[in-house]
Amino acid sequence: MSEHPSDLRYTKEHEWVRIGDDGTATIGITFFAQDQLGDVVYLVLPKVGSSIEKDSKMGEVESVKSISDLFVPVSGEVLEINKDAIDHPERINEAPHDAGWLIKVKISNETELEQLMSSNEYDQAIAS
Amino acid sequence: MSPDSPLSRTALYPNHIAAIGRMVPFAGWDMPVQYEGVLAEAKAVRTAVGIFDVSHMGRLYIDGAGSGGFLEKLLTFSVKNLKPGRARYGFLLTKEGGVIDDTVVYQQSAEDGSNERYLLICNAANREAVTAWIEQHLKGFPAVSMTDFTVESVMMAVQGPASAALVDTLCVGKENPSSLRPFGSMSQAVKLEADASLVEVFIGRTGYTGEDGFEFVADADHGPALWDAIVEAGATACGLGARDVLRLEAGLRLHGSDMDNTKSPLEAGLDRFVNMDKESFIGQDALNAQISNGISQKLVGFRLTEPGIPRHEYSLFKDGKQIGEVTSGTYSPSLDTGIGMGYVFSEHSALGNHIQIDLRGRPVEAEIVEMPFYHRPK
Repeated sequence: MSEHPSDLRYTKEHEWVRIGDDGTATIGITFFAQDQLGDVVYLVLPKVGSSIEKDSKMGEVESVKSISDLFVPVSGEVLEINKDAIDHPERINEAPHDAGWLIKVKISNETELEQLMSSNEYDQAIAS
Repeated sequence: MSPDSPLSRTALYPNHIAAIGRMVPFAGWDMPVQYEGVLAEAKAVRTAVGIFDVSHMGRLYIDGAGSGGFLEKLLTFSVKNLKPGRARYGFLLTKEGGVIDDTVVYQQSAEDGSNERYLLICNAANREAVTAWIEQHLKGFPAVSMTDFTVESVMMAVQGPASAALVDTLCVGKENPSSLRPFGSMSQAVKLEADASLVEVFIGRTGYTGEDGFEFVADADHGPALWDAIVEAGATACGLGARDVLRLEAGLRLHGSDMDNTKSPLEAGLDRFVNMDKESFIGQDALNAQISNGISQKLVGFRLTEPGIPRHEYSLFKDGKQIGEVTSGTYSPSLDTGIGMGYVFSEHSALGNHIQIDLRGRPVEAEIVEMPFYHRPK
């Protein structure tokens, strides 16, 4: 059974994107990614109000064991960052697809969403 | 060890798989890096008791008449003054004073000094180098022999404030392991419920976590049942990830990262494990020269004063100039900050000196502090 909810979209860089009714995107890292990283202890996230460009580096997720770059899954403007997760990085391990979200973005180019994977496609990508 | 060689497995491999340990290659062995998670395991050791498989470490008997005198030439501490049952930590050095390996040596001769035997514990990655070094120097000591019994045995570390009580409940002998002083040892019988058998276990009061703790050496055949008995008695299974965090918090050096055969114990800040007054040992002249001439670089401990984790090979700076490199780093759960060790030019090594670390392009502030970073509560 997949740990990756079917209502989210995914990238090969192990981010997920949830599209809200208001056209915003909530972004986080996947169950698989946090499981590979182990205990997350630091987050570096982009600033609220900054513009971020698809596929560019937007931050870092650091666990006790290793460090992983975060890449932008969809271009846009950063509306909000998860302050609770910055103070409590364990949220990312506890609930990577919910309380452990990272940033909310106002999407600037909706056609980019078509390049994201379904949960089935993502599960296949990480299995191969 | 060539990268293509198959990984060795310790006798406890089935226990790790049953406990869903995540296995990684380490020094040629397939070892558990974590079970539940590094932080949970580190916490178990700091607050209760954890168990580590350290069977990958080398175990060598050096025995026969004159074995103490033989080891005296190779080790930085006085072997002659080591009483039966006691152990010491020190180094095997090259002639140039570089650390071939750091080692714990147990004196296992009879009380009256007869049946001379020593147990030498070396790092997994250095087992071949250490056995070759010993072989090479055995010429001239016809009565002394070396037996590498690593693969026929297991070794596990039971560590944490609750380890003494746990170890006492397992042992059936009159004398409790909790009566041992640090670096003391005894042989004890442990009762295994699984088959009601008694297993002979060699127990030393030592470890690599900064906590009270014990290391067990037993026959490989009994390893899996012994591990299960210790876990059933309440120890949390811990992997190499937690072990690395705990040893770093305790300021304990890792050979291969924090020192190697190009660094002397003086450069590594481990002078207290070198007895310059004892009779001559290999590397002594080079250390004497370093004492007279001074050393140009020194291992220091530092803690970050900003968020971030220092890691192996990150650069250390002072006023924009590179002064050294990180050899080990981690997030310290006990201090809730990044900590690390690294070599810097001696003029920058003073306690309290503020330095900068390049965390992948992000400069962060750090302060050189005394090690260990973590002291266990008295």
